[in-house]
Order: sequence, then structure tokens, then C-alpha cells
Amino acid sequence: MAEKPKLYYFDGRGRMESVRWLLAAAGVEFEEEFLETREQYENLLKDGYLLFQQVPMVEIDGLRLVQTRAILNYIAAKHNLYGKTLKERALIDMYVEGTTDLMGLIRVHYKLAPEEKEKNLHLIIERATKRYFPVYEKVLKDNGQHFLVGNQLTWADVQLIEAIFMVEEKDPTVLLQFPSLQAFKVRMSDVPTIKKFLQPGSQRKPPPDEKFLATAKRVFNRK
Amino acid sequence: MSGKPRLTYFNGRGRMESIRWLMAAAGVEFEEVFLETREQYLKLIKDGHLLFGQVPLVEMDGMKLVQTKAILNYIARKYNLLGKDLKEKAQIDMYVEGTIDLMTMILMFPFSPPDQKEAQLASIVEKAKTRYLPVYEKALKQHGQNFLVGNCLSWADIQLLEAILTLEEKKKDILAQFPQLQDFKARTSNIPNIKKFLQPGSPRKPPPDDAYVATVLKILGPL
Repeated sequence: MAEKPKLYYFDGRGRMESVRWLLAAAGVEFEEEFLETREQYENLLKDGYLLFQQVPMVEIDGLRLVQTRAILNYIAAKHNLYGKTLKERALIDMYVEGTTDLMGLIRVHYKLAPEEKEKNLHLIIERATKRYFPVYEKVLKDNGQHFLVGNQLTWADVQLIEAIFMVEEKDPTVLLQFPSLQAFKVRMSDVPTIKKFLQPGSQRKPPPDEKFLATAKRVFNRK
Repeated sequence: MSGKPRLTYFNGRGRMESIRWLMAAAGVEFEEVFLETREQYLKLIKDGHLLFGQVPLVEMDGMKLVQTKAILNYIARKYNLLGKDLKEKAQIDMYVEGTIDLMTMILMFPFSPPDQKEAQLASIVEKAKTRYLPVYEKALKQHGQNFLVGNCLSWADIQLLEAILTLEEKKKDILAQFPQLQDFKARTSNIPNIKKFLQPGSPRKPPPDDAYVATVLKILGPL
């Protein structure tokens, strides 16, 4: 009688989006509880649900998991998306940390003042095209063009496709110099579980906007 | 026929210190290469040793591992410091991510502008006392064992000891309200590999000073 995992977060991407991607790619249905008021947050705190007083939090298999990486590690291992050997895991971890760093730049973008936004946008595109995408382009070429690690889908591939979409939202031409990544994007978008997640009406969230910013401020009582 | 792991970083704590701690606690001897000039760093990049152009770098088992969390996960997994099953691992991951968040604040502290340092320090101490230390205090009390998870040493215990000692350098009486943590500190410091690491002459690095900050900025450029 396995219940569906339940995700506690705002109704928006933030740090939870990678969790949604991974669950979706693994074909796992999940429920969501959206934080909208400060009271909701304070109730979660009062009931001791948030180990370090923070979200994301995911209720899964009788656990209340917090800390994005702990949550993602658990899901990846449980659903065989974490490679088969110690070395494969090391590669997956390195690739995931890279895309996490890149997406981190994008995640904070909407919060910035207008003059900082332009600078950050340059940084995002520069890092994507000079530091991160060349690495994944080469890995795909060296690994026979199918998956980043081994010969089946792993967490590393899911994070990469998520990152590609996010960067393209900022600059649609960003994959121009990366033919292997273009092919990867097409291939991954066709994986049935991912294809489903990319369709309208899925639990994928839109890019953050003013409303998301206002909700986060209100819930966390920030000025 | 692989030699000892080789760590490449600045001659100081930074992001490499947690790796030194984990290796030492696991009883793994290692070598170190210290970055002293920008030329050394640029050469590492040119020769393709740094996957994302960044250090820490740890060469072990035929791999060039980068990304702190990937390196730490590899070592913890290899030396059985990740618990006995997925649920214990999830618990360890959560605890570890908490201490990493806290330690990241501390490692960034020397690089904050002089006029913000006092406020930053106050924030670190406050977060430690209200968000993090109470969690570990309660965990030890409820679990009732010598360790945070299960009944043997895990990565979570090693990180916690490192965090405690680093915090005490900033505020000597920070454990005043935390009797379980005081006992934990005494007990864990006495584990032979850890005791050895805590002695003078070990690879443990001193707290960062102005010279360290200057070296990092010279080699990496502004952070």
C-alpha cells in the first residue's frame, strides 16, 4: 500500500523543481502541498516536520526528507537512476553537481534587481557555453552519444535535460555550438516519462514570476 | 597499483577540509599538491585536469574527481560510512547537508567585506545555536547511541565533529547549552583515526588567515 510521495513547497520551481523532474522521469506519481501563507509554514515548523526549518520537504516511504540533495539521492537510488558501480556513481555525482551549480545561477535570477539581472544573465550564458555545456558535449561524444553515464538513463541525464531547458528559456540559441547536446535534447524529450512531463497539464512549473517572489517573501516573512 | 589519493587545493581549509577529515577518519593516507600561483592553476585547466575548471581535485582510483559533494560521497561510499541501507543513508545525507550548509557559511566568511564581518559572524553563531546544533542534540538524545545514525561511525558523525570544532574556534562556549554534543565531541575526538588527525603535524589545516585569503584571490581572481 505504497502511498504517493508528497512534496511540500511553493507553487513554483525553486529548489523543488529538480525533485519533480526526477520523480517524473522515474515514472513516480506524486502529490503536492503548496505553501501559500505564513501560517501553513509555521504549522509545519510547530509540528516538527522540517528538520532544519526549511523546505523542500518530501514525505516518502514513511520518511520526512529535507535538503534537496538528500531527497534527490534517495529517489535516484530507489529508482535505479544512480548507476551500477562506485565509479558510475562518482561520475553521476560530478555531472549532477555541475548542472546544480548552473541551475543555481538561474534559480536566483528572478530575485535580483534589474541592473544585477543583466549581469547575471551574461554570467549564466557564459558559464553554460564555456564551463558546463562543453563538458557534457564531450562526455556524450566520448560515451557513444547515448547517455552521460553507462548505457541507461541516470539522474545525470535528467538533470542535464532540465538544465538545458532552463538555459534555453534565457537564450534559445544557446545549444548552437553543441550538436551532441541538441541530439541529446531530442532523444531525452522522447523518453515516455519525460515526454509526459513536458506536456501542458503536467506538474512541471513555469519560470518564477512576481507572484512567486511575493509568496516566498510572505511565507518566510522577508522584507 | 594505484598510489595514495592526491589532493590538489590551496594550502588551507576551504572546501577541501571536509575531504581531509573524511579521508583521515577512514584511515586513508593521502598526498597534497598546493596551489600557490595562478600559473599552476591555469596549467591544470589547460591540461584538462579540472572538469569544470575548479578545485578541489582529488585523484584516486584512476579518476580525477571534482565537486566537493561528489568527492565526499565517493569516499564515504567506498569506506562504508553511509549506513547500512537506503533509509540510514537518507538520514545521513540530511544531517550532512545541514552541516555542509553551516560550514559553507564559515568557509565564505573570510571573503566577506570587512564592514559585514561582524554581522556575518553573528548570523553564523545564531544559525548554529537555533537551527543546526539543536537538531543534532535532539538526534543524539533520541537515538541514544554513540553515533547519529545506526550504531557505527558514519559520514554524519565526522562532519558534525568538524563543524563543532570549527564553530568553537569562532565562539568558544558554543556548546554550552548542548550536553549531548559535548559528550559526542569528547567521544568522537577519541576515535583513533580522528584523534591522530587532531594532533599537530597532521594534514589538518589551520583556520584561514589574511595570507590564505590573498592567495585564493590571487589564484582564482575575485570570487
